[in-house]
Amino acid sequence: MPFEWTVALRFLREGRFQSLLIIGGAAIGVAVVIFITALVNGLQANTIRRVLGTQAHIVIRPTEEVARPQRDAAEGGAVLPRVEARAQRLRSIDQWQPLVAMLDGLPGLTGVSPMVSGPGFAVRGDATKAIAVFGVDPQRYDRIVSLTERLVHGAFRVQANEAVIGKELAQDLGLAVGDRFRLVTSEGAAAVSEAFMVTGIVDLGVRDLNRRSVYIGFRTAQALLSLPGGASQIDLKVTELFGAEALAQDLQARTGLTVESWMRTNEQLLAALRAQTITTTTIRIFVSVIVVLGIASVLVVSVVQKRREIGILRAMGASRGKIQRVFLLQGAVVAVVGSVLGIALALAMVVVFLDVARNADGTPLFELVVTPWLFVGTAVGAIVCGLAAAYAPARRAAGLDPAQAIRI
Amino acid sequence: MGTAASTAVPLLELAGLTKNYGTGTEVETQVLHGLDLVLQPGEFTALIGPSGSGKSTLLNVIGLLEPPTGGSYRLQGRETAQLAEAELTRLRGRTIGFVFQFHHLLPAFTATENVLMPSLVAEGPVTAPRRAAARELLTAVGLADRLDYLPRKLSGGQQQRVAIARALAMSPQLVLADEPTGNLDTHSADDIFALMRRFNRERGTAFLIVTHDPRLAARCDRIVELVDGRIASDRPNPA
Ligand SMILES: Nc1ncnc2c1ncn2[C@@H]1O[C@H](COP(=O)(O)OP(=O)(O)OP(=O)(O)O)[C@@H](O)[C@H]1O
Ligand SMILES: [Mg+2]
Repeated sequence: MPFEWTVALRFLREGRFQSLLIIGGAAIGVAVVIFITALVNGLQANTIRRVLGTQAHIVIRPTEEVARPQRDAAEGGAVLPRVEARAQRLRSIDQWQPLVAMLDGLPGLTGVSPMVSGPGFAVRGDATKAIAVFGVDPQRYDRIVSLTERLVHGAFRVQANEAVIGKELAQDLGLAVGDRFRLVTSEGAAAVSEAFMVTGIVDLGVRDLNRRSVYIGFRTAQALLSLPGGASQIDLKVTELFGAEALAQDLQARTGLTVESWMRTNEQLLAALRAQTITTTTIRIFVSVIVVLGIASVLVVSVVQKRREIGILRAMGASRGKIQRVFLLQGAVVAVVGSVLGIALALAMVVVFLDVARNADGTPLFELVVTPWLFVGTAVGAIVCGLAAAYAPARRAAGLDPAQAIRI
Repeated sequence: MGTAASTAVPLLELAGLTKNYGTGTEVETQVLHGLDLVLQPGEFTALIGPSGSGKSTLLNVIGLLEPPTGGSYRLQGRETAQLAEAELTRLRGRTIGFVFQFHHLLPAFTATENVLMPSLVAEGPVTAPRRAAARELLTAVGLADRLDYLPRKLSGGQQQRVAIARALAMSPQLVLADEPTGNLDTHSADDIFALMRRFNRERGTAFLIVTHDPRLAARCDRIVELVDGRIASDRPNPA
């Protein structure tokens, strides 16, 4: 073994209790950082999945339509993107077919779905419910919001005069798969009324959506909403969730249409996510600082205790650089051993947490996002911290005057 | 061959050497006042003088542990003032061995490891031949049965033997010993002294030994006496 390793490891072994103390400190630091990060990442992934599961990432609308914040104050800011009051008169996106063709060829998109949507009423017997009509192509729309996965009964099939409706609406109107009801719209000059058969019942996970959503065929909706050959909006799903806003702005500039990303329509969610991220970062920084100070203080004491040995080593021909590396190495070794133990500890914490944090039905409350990169990243961070902590003590050791160190 | 004053390059040459402490402060004190001294290879010299006369300081300067304030110090013909820090460090490791009064061993390392340390510094990872040589050296100082003892498990005399073995590990031209027998009983002191004398005779290693013991000084080839940072006397000592 080279000189630096031999001496560094022996010094650490000699200072048994001190070494264990700082290795333990580093391990706890690493474990806390990994666990908190996994926890918050899990929470965020969960929140994003829940909120964005029933939304398009980007929505393209006709030019004139003014973008309004779609928040419902009474609901405490809950975001209900699909059920906002529509503009008074439905308009179509100009030249939407070539646009869809262009979007289909755009990288970074996993779903492109034109839609015709507008307000209407669902009527069965005496009961009348205000609803939103969505005319979609099932294959395309499934890539935006997977209704197939959310089916409670029936199938996602919307050929002529077939409809898929929300769970609550089905209850309100007493509808089951195979039952019929009427849809009434008044978009054109006169009210249009048509009979539909329920082919599927979906649970969108949000009561209000379930109460108001009616999905029908794209062409049927064009006729029903007096928008022949038109599309009132195009929904997009992206691969890079947080790149949505940039893409939306790019598309808006290119098409001149109104293009909004989920990041704009869910500003509060985004703010909450950012606040969480800042919180984790702050915790990480504090933990790092504490670990650095802990390692540094122990090494500073060790340098003072080992003055004489350092002097002897210098007298034997060890250069300042060698002495400095002996102490830097101690910091690095503490960090590496601490990381290994810390990762083991973090895994144990994750296992225990997953066991304890469960819903009443035994399913996990939410998952923890644990990736190899989290371990690698934290370990690298720990080693950087170890070296940073050892830097000042190492400089001090290297700067000792050997003659003075030996005189004592 | 102890007194062999060769006509070749002297081992070291001091000329008008001064050493001040606290230079640039109000308490600047001059410890060495213009010393002239020449040591030849293989010389076995005693350095005596009252406490505070500057003996340890002189040893530190000769040992390249601290630079002189003024004057010239040539080691093996090279002016040390012109050498860079790294070069001085290297030179120190290869040409000079140290033995201190309080047998400064590295407490975390065994006797053998202590003896291996100078070569570990100079040449890198320990090899089997070097390990064998270290054990041989320890055997030569009479510690064959203590090779893997930690210093704290050795007596004072034994520790000083390890220190001598360590000082000799790189086969230096010069060993500087600062009161090597200072805190040993008379019997152990005699042993240690005899050991150094033996290495001097067998290997031709020069020794400069600080001692307060006139009995031991009398057994050296040459006695240099320092008083108040000046050489008060410098005489050969016909045994
Ligand atoms: N770092 C320093 N700063 C200031 N003065 C110093 C320093 N080191 C030594 N001295 C002074 O230099 C003088 C010589 O000290 P030195 O240790 O060389 O004496 P010595 O001859 O070895 O004495 P002893 O026999 O007691 O070991 C003393 O007066 C001491 O106080
Ligand atoms: Mg002294």
